[in-house]
Amino acid sequence: MTITVQIPTALRRLTAGSSRVTCSVTNLEELFSELDQQFPDLKPHLRDEAGQIRRFLNVYVNEEDIRFLGGNTYSFKDGDEVLLVPSIAGGTAEKVSMQ
Amino acid sequence: MSVSTNYELRCRECGKTWGNQPRSICDDCFSPLEVSYDYGAIRETCTRERIAQGPPSMWRYADLLPLPENFQPAVPAGFTPLLKAPRLARQLGAKNLYIKNDAVCLPTLSFKDRVVAVALAQARSFGFDTVACSSTGNLANAVAAQAARNGFRSWIFIPADLEPAKILGTQVFGAKLVRIAGSYDQVNRLCSQIADERRWGFVNVNLRPYYAEGSKTMGFEVAEQLGWRLPDNIVVPMAGGSLITKIKKAFDELIELGLVEPKPVKFFGAQATGCSPISTAVKTGNADIEPQKPATLARSLAVGNPADGHYAIKAITNSGGWAEDVSDPEAVESIQLLAETEGVFTETAGGVTVGTAAKLYKQGRIAPDQTTVLCITGNGLKTTDALAGKYEAEAPIPPKIAEFDKYLERMPDVPETRIPETVEA
Repeated sequence: MTITVQIPTALRRLTAGSSRVTCSVTNLEELFSELDQQFPDLKPHLRDEAGQIRRFLNVYVNEEDIRFLGGNTYSFKDGDEVLLVPSIAGGTAEKVSMQ
Repeated sequence: MSVSTNYELRCRECGKTWGNQPRSICDDCFSPLEVSYDYGAIRETCTRERIAQGPPSMWRYADLLPLPENFQPAVPAGFTPLLKAPRLARQLGAKNLYIKNDAVCLPTLSFKDRVVAVALAQARSFGFDTVACSSTGNLANAVAAQAARNGFRSWIFIPADLEPAKILGTQVFGAKLVRIAGSYDQVNRLCSQIADERRWGFVNVNLRPYYAEGSKTMGFEVAEQLGWRLPDNIVVPMAGGSLITKIKKAFDELIELGLVEPKPVKFFGAQATGCSPISTAVKTGNADIEPQKPATLARSLAVGNPADGHYAIKAITNSGGWAEDVSDPEAVESIQLLAETEGVFTETAGGVTVGTAAKLYKQGRIAPDQTTVLCITGNGLKTTDALAGKYEAEAPIPPKIAEFDKYLERMPDVPETRIPETVEA
């Protein structure tokens, strides 16, 4: 089956300018492995040092947050449109300190 | 007004600095950016006296905000009353309770005026002529009003089912209002995509690091209004979870700058049970959020995937605080309780905060004698539909004194107040 992944502007410099990537994968883990292979430069942006998908990266399938569809257990369907959207948090340091 | 320019964006997770630009994400690790300051420089000039000589608005804390050089504020937002709340305290079993009343924050009667004021200061300096936001209502009002006041065009994206007063209170300022057939989380995701493609200053997307700093002023004011000391406990409503983390940052900064004595403050988060991803995580000991599909009357708190949830959980648990949630009926009763005891009419989020505080006192998580502040962040006139059916309009009576006497006779529990007909000489 074929799904389409939309790449956010900030990451297109790492995908040779591609805004849409088409791939044949069945689940989220396979999708990220496929992206790792196609775009090795992208990998450290999508995964942390331990190889986990980054905390602030949200994945949507046809406009729905993939966590509502079963997350890692969701099986992609032919024609699924996948969005990668960073979570827009404010963030606050543990402790403020003199710099 | 001279202000500090000793600030820049820094990645919360990997520490990379990004200068000052409209950006909220670290391109390297996809983590949120935060404004960091040169506190050493600020410390040299920022004193209690200097703050006290400032204007009666949030701009008295300009040294501690990310404002462009020579910034001239156009709206006197913030510096809202901190009210001692003895009658509410008696109802909750408390003895030392305060209300921080942002139901009367100017210009649009919610704490969002604070964040928008900072965001628009930066929008101007970055050269945007159009500002935008995704909103559950209060932010929509604040962006629309302040955009009008500052001469920006504005685009406002909201979930279609918002309260009518919040929709009207956006349109009246001439904003372009786009109703989205979806939840706030879907509106927010859409705005991330739009911000990616258009040269608009989205206050809570690409301007978010600056915007979020505005929330600190609520914390600065609480400390100054308590006589330059920190409370023991603070109860804060949580939607995206940013406010509670920024009040913590405010308190930490005041300590760092020597403006208050160091003191541990417990942070308590309040949510509606129908949308409680953060309180659920705190109560179950999770460090991360499980997103929810919101189902609550408290639409201003209906954020099922709170972006700052992770940091809010940390702020709460590291402080020894707690999070709770209340049902919609409890929130509505709490709106009435606050109004009847202290004369403050808050919106549903405020009802959630008061109801949560009641629970926390009952659970013994807040000690009655300790100084405790409830953050009331919005005005009840915007969510009157929450009180539908609570107060029936009675049949009118004729304008005759005899009719009023009869009316009083029909009323139960009216004390005798008649002035005697003859007065002894």
